Amino acid sequence: MNNKFVIAVYVDNKFGVLTRVTSMFTRRGFNIDALTVGETESPEYSRITICLSGDGYAKEQLINQLRKLINVKKVEVIDDSMSVKRELALIKVKNNSQTRADVLSAVEVYRAKVIDFTASEMCIEITGEPSKINAFIEYMKPYEIIEMCRTGIVALERGSGTLLSKNTKTGVHKSR
Amino acid sequence: MKMTGAEIIINTLIEQGTTDVFGYPGGQVINIYDALYKNKDRINHILTAHEQGAAHAADGYSRATGKVGVCIATSGPGATNLVTGIATAMLDSIPMVAITGNVPCSLIGKDSFQEIDITGITLPITKHNYFVNRIEDLADSIREAFQIAKSGRPGPVLVDVPKDVQVAVYDFEPQGVVEKIPLPKTDEDSIDEAVALINESKRPYIYIGGGAAGLGMGKEIIEFAKKIDACIGCTFMGLSAVPDDCDKFLGMQGMHGHYASSMAQKHADLIIGVGVRFSDRATGNTKKFAKGTKIIQLDPDFAEINKNINVDLGIVADVKDAFLRIAEKAEKSQKPEWVAQVEELKAKEEEIAKKAELLAKDRMTPKQIFDVINANKLPRTIITTDVGQHQMWAAQYSKFDTTRRFVSSGGLGTMGFGLGAAIGARIATGDPTVLITGDGSFGMNLNELATAVSYNVPLVIIIANNGVLGMVRQWQNLFFQKRFSNTILERKTDFVKLAEAFGAVGMRATNIDEFESAFKKAVTINGPVVIDTYIDKDEFVLPMLPPGGSIDDIIVKVGGEENE
Repeated sequence: MNNKFVIAVYVDNKFGVLTRVTSMFTRRGFNIDALTVGETESPEYSRITICLSGDGYAKEQLINQLRKLINVKKVEVIDDSMSVKRELALIKVKNNSQTRADVLSAVEVYRAKVIDFTASEMCIEITGEPSKINAFIEYMKPYEIIEMCRTGIVALERGSGTLLSKNTKTGVHKSR
Repeated sequence: MKMTGAEIIINTLIEQGTTDVFGYPGGQVINIYDALYKNKDRINHILTAHEQGAAHAADGYSRATGKVGVCIATSGPGATNLVTGIATAMLDSIPMVAITGNVPCSLIGKDSFQEIDITGITLPITKHNYFVNRIEDLADSIREAFQIAKSGRPGPVLVDVPKDVQVAVYDFEPQGVVEKIPLPKTDEDSIDEAVALINESKRPYIYIGGGAAGLGMGKEIIEFAKKIDACIGCTFMGLSAVPDDCDKFLGMQGMHGHYASSMAQKHADLIIGVGVRFSDRATGNTKKFAKGTKIIQLDPDFAEINKNINVDLGIVADVKDAFLRIAEKAEKSQKPEWVAQVEELKAKEEEIAKKAELLAKDRMTPKQIFDVINANKLPRTIITTDVGQHQMWAAQYSKFDTTRRFVSSGGLGTMGFGLGAAIGARIATGDPTVLITGDGSFGMNLNELATAVSYNVPLVIIIANNGVLGMVRQWQNLFFQKRFSNTILERKTDFVKLAEAFGAVGMRATNIDEFESAFKKAVTINGPVVIDTYIDKDEFVLPMLPPGGSIDDIIVKVGGEENE
């Protein structure tokens, strides 16, 4: 069965590490929905957040193959119910007197923000769970989206612990 | 002590225990070669004919000894010529360190002369690689390369060093040989779980792979098989892990495996995999492989557990440690029914072989060639091969008296691997080395004969010459209605004269008696010998599991109905 899941990866903050990760995806035939990378609490590491749809096998393989990379320090699946996820999107839509009120009220309802405004277009910034952004984009489509971009998900687990300090057991595997 | 980068490279290699390196000089490694020159009493460099030969030699060196093989090449084409050799080592998990030079940092990214992004190219075919653009990182990068290459599941590591880093001067203090990163110790519960599965089993099959080949566990594996009355089979990469003179050992299983070994694996109720990865050539159709059979898999690489085949118990471990602890704890038991069943399979295999020999009538068969080799080879002989039919016959028929005696490209299946690898294996061990090759494979890298002659490396090179690309022809025979597209070589090359032109000894054997006397003579010659011998172009490697098939589709004979 195909599920969506989010995986957080701590990697050495070094030149070329992202290439090592993405090259592995190509080589092993993993199809990634979204990927973000950025700084972390520690200057030594970058954090990559990967969204992937697939079955349990794909998930296990992705995690195992990531863990094999020398520059990968930690790989964890982000538990859906125990985490916060955010994504940001910038959406440029047409602006004219017939639609303006509608668009602005949608911006209000979705707690988005207008960050650029001209006679012919406006640019909207929206942050939230991917599902909320999806819904907003759907709603905006009839108003003609000129251009848009999304950052992909970043996610943190709730509570005081950090992923880096989490204990991961690898050693015995059972399946059938 | 202050040293140049090039001197640091050579001193770090020496510090890590390297005594021999294989390579080829060029513009961006002149400094490294200068450092080699100054250190020639401490480290031996073997100049090959081509960088690919150097990579295969480093690989063969490693396969025969377990040491980390080292090769050196210049930037650009030198580096890309290593690629096939590095990939070969990667697919068979062979520890290797490849050092390449590159253009100075100031010229990187400018498409300079002989500039190539070799770390980019080798990303998917190395365990890890380094582009060292700071002299401060040089020695430690090489040390890490050695550590990564030999730890856990071994593999090749490449270190690319731009010219300005080779020229720069920095402090160097020699350190000790880096230790392998230890694998987690297997907990007692997992050992007990494996033991419980073994104690329950009525038909156990011990399945040895490349991960066990170099561990020198032959005696322990046989003892364990006797203790629980199991039979032993192996993968292609597991050949020579267990000496052949044990009646529990059934040989290689899989696509071209022994009938008895593949069938015993099918009928087993428990497969105890030791350093195996269940490759497609070993399993055939994975959906049908070992259905209803329980599987235990011991492997150092966690990513191999459940990758190709779902197992009942996967133990990520130091394979030797886990195996010995399981073997110790398992109950001694006798399984006369299973032993009888396996004996029956062995008898069936013999019957098939006899029939095949009868069909062969008076032509020289591969089996006869290997019978002569087995009977006349010297103790501790290493069998190296190229890729194709001769390789499978070597895997089926060769007898081994100790471990690390079979050097062959399994995972990548690299034609042209054999000669370089044989040179490496012989130089590493000083043990008698025989290369079995085909006229196709030999044609790919025969230039390394020059290397073998220059260094007077004693090798017996047997060309199983059939004038065709036999393995592809076999598929064309069986699955492409005999459309022999581009597999008929029938070249005019005279391999005897060719050997002599290189300065080696050349011999020709047109029948098995001539082959026997040629081989007996060849093993006494202190230098490379080429024996050109002939087999029929429509000789088949059998048994065979057809592509995508399972053990139920095994082909044990082709044609011959008219003879029955």
